[in-house]
Amino acid sequence: MSGYLWLIPLIPLAGAAVNGLAGKRFPKAVISLIACGAAGVSFFLASIAFFDLLKLAPEQRHLLQGYFTWIASGDFVAQAEFLLDPLSGVMLLIVTGVGFIIHVYSIGYMHAEDGYYRFFSYMNLFLFSMLTLVLAGNFLLMFVGWEGVGLCSYLLIGYYFDRRSAGDAGKKAFIVNRIGDIGFVLGIFLIFLTFHSLNFGEVFRQIAEGTQRFPVEAGLGVLTAIGLLLFVGATGKSAQIPLYVWLPDAMEGPTPVSALIHAATMVTAGVYMVVRCSPIFSRAPLALHVVMIVGILTALMAATIGLVQTDIKRVLAYSTVSQLGYMFVAAGVGAFSAGIFHLMTHAFFKALLFLGAGSVIHAMGGEQDLMRMGGLRKHTPVTFWTMLVAALAISGIFPLAGFFSKDEILWSAWSQGHPLVWLFGLITAGFTAFYMFRLIFLAFGGEGRYSEEVRHHLHESPPSMTVPLVLLGVLSITGGFVGLPAWLGANRFFRFLEPSLAFTLNSEPAESSHAVEFGFAAISVVAALAGIGLAYRMYISNPKSAEELASRWKRIHRVLLGKYYVDELYDAAIIKPTLNASTNVLWKRMDAGFIDGAVNGVGQTIRNFAGILKNVQNGLIRSYATWILLGTAAVLLYVYVFLRGY
Amino acid sequence: MNLLHYLILSMLLFVIGAVGFIVKKNVISVFLCLELMLNAANLSFVAFSRHLNQAHGQIFVFFVMVVAAAEAAVGLAITIVLFRNRNTLNVDDADTMKW
Repeated sequence: MSGYLWLIPLIPLAGAAVNGLAGKRFPKAVISLIACGAAGVSFFLASIAFFDLLKLAPEQRHLLQGYFTWIASGDFVAQAEFLLDPLSGVMLLIVTGVGFIIHVYSIGYMHAEDGYYRFFSYMNLFLFSMLTLVLAGNFLLMFVGWEGVGLCSYLLIGYYFDRRSAGDAGKKAFIVNRIGDIGFVLGIFLIFLTFHSLNFGEVFRQIAEGTQRFPVEAGLGVLTAIGLLLFVGATGKSAQIPLYVWLPDAMEGPTPVSALIHAATMVTAGVYMVVRCSPIFSRAPLALHVVMIVGILTALMAATIGLVQTDIKRVLAYSTVSQLGYMFVAAGVGAFSAGIFHLMTHAFFKALLFLGAGSVIHAMGGEQDLMRMGGLRKHTPVTFWTMLVAALAISGIFPLAGFFSKDEILWSAWSQGHPLVWLFGLITAGFTAFYMFRLIFLAFGGEGRYSEEVRHHLHESPPSMTVPLVLLGVLSITGGFVGLPAWLGANRFFRFLEPSLAFTLNSEPAESSHAVEFGFAAISVVAALAGIGLAYRMYISNPKSAEELASRWKRIHRVLLGKYYVDELYDAAIIKPTLNASTNVLWKRMDAGFIDGAVNGVGQTIRNFAGILKNVQNGLIRSYATWILLGTAAVLLYVYVFLRGY
Repeated sequence: MNLLHYLILSMLLFVIGAVGFIVKKNVISVFLCLELMLNAANLSFVAFSRHLNQAHGQIFVFFVMVVAAAEAAVGLAITIVLFRNRNTLNVDDADTMKW
């Protein structure tokens, strides 16, 4: 069965190739049909594969399919192999499902854009890369997908390449990701050095059972090193401190791109990778601790920045960074399944939020500033209701998807003995609810703060955009039910993921009753409601109070608005010195002085010699004749003196 | 009259030709000096041919004569063209082909 696994990524690749090579001559309908068709077929095949997987007994759910030997060099062998297990199965459905919905949405959103075919070609290429990443059966193939999605992200952020800021944002994303990738690559090298294999199953089996080369008890140091290196890669791709700065800028891309790549799928690749490598991380407590701390700090920091941003997409971008932090917290406290659970629900409601924001921007004719919106509820009802659902879901209101996943993470943090992490997570949850409803109230509530011209232009989006919104809305409501917490019955989602985490070292949770767990769930809902209530008070019932608060806490407000000046810090601490060193030392000294000097010096020396020798060629026949005569005489002399004996 | 006498004469002719080629400026004179060198070589060929009692040297002389005739034809043509274009027969005036 599922011998067709390779088709799942290959079909979007074919779509990308057709649209990319010949799309310029196709009408838009054909382009959309090819692109969405490819995504749809891929989703269909993924579903079949997933249900085939479900038919197997849980312990057999590990389908490794090798297709050919990709690299064979000495004892280094890398197969082109795909792995379907519960973990990659879940990711497969998220990527193809959400991907397909966003493809359909893009038909409406991008209808007036130039380079329509280019957009869809990149989108399909992204699906191919992401599916390669998810399905890869070894680290090297995963890295191929990892780089592929990075490339597509770069191309799509810079989609409006005639805008300088978009080009810069694309480069920033690319470069920051490369920094993380160095860690990932070094981690892969270290894995190969240690285990002489890159296949997931083989590496994890060696870790769990130990080998002659790698005795279990001696492996702590190297596993910590591997874990930390891999996590450096994850911080780049999943926008964690210190490499998160590229994600807010990535909002320069078209909104469906933000939804697909920078919210639902690509940025979660780091979480997926950490969970995939959970056998490594669960045996490296230090690395796991770093993951947790980075995760919670990122979650809190990004949430506070999100409180004051006025660009609708930037609020969502910081929200994404913050939620990704949650996922790493989950992984960091050893609740890997909870991380994937939140990854899934987040993919639904964050994609919905972005698509809703896209619909708002579409309705407003390109306006992204929340301060110039307001009262859109009447004009765009579908967008409003679906976004409200998503906002409730991300805030963690029972019984929407976000409630179950976020609560699971907070509960894991507490029950694994990290009360401080739990507290920070709770505060972040409150902030999340606040900034989400601030966004909702500013955009949809109150009176319109825009010109008559814009008011005239306001309209609900076409069905190709609203239907995806509704679909994602349904998923945001129901998505959490696959993983009901223990106090509502056993968590089936976690049990489903168990075979993928077979080699993971499970930490024992503290003993506690369902009542306690329920109590903690209630506390997080209260925190969310408090955030919503505060947002309501500040932006609906008393709109002046927001400004008053900002002026009362001027300094804090300015720091938050300036995003903690991290970009400026990087600029001063890293970019400027690098640039200065490059300019003054490497360019002006090394290149212009030393290298150019050496090259030009050689040339000048030869030129000087030539200046003397060239006088021989003076155009006078008599002079040439003299040289010939002298030369002949010299040869004869030589023959006479030295070769006389012969 | 043995071989040495012929070779000395040949050498003298060749040296006169070579020195003349270098010191003379008139194209015609240079040309004549060139012929002198060729014939000095011819004289050596013939002398050796007789000394060694072999025909090879005499056959070479014919080759040299043929080349000399061809060279004379081409050389005189060049001389005429030079005179037409430069209005001179001085070889030192034809020195444009240099660095």
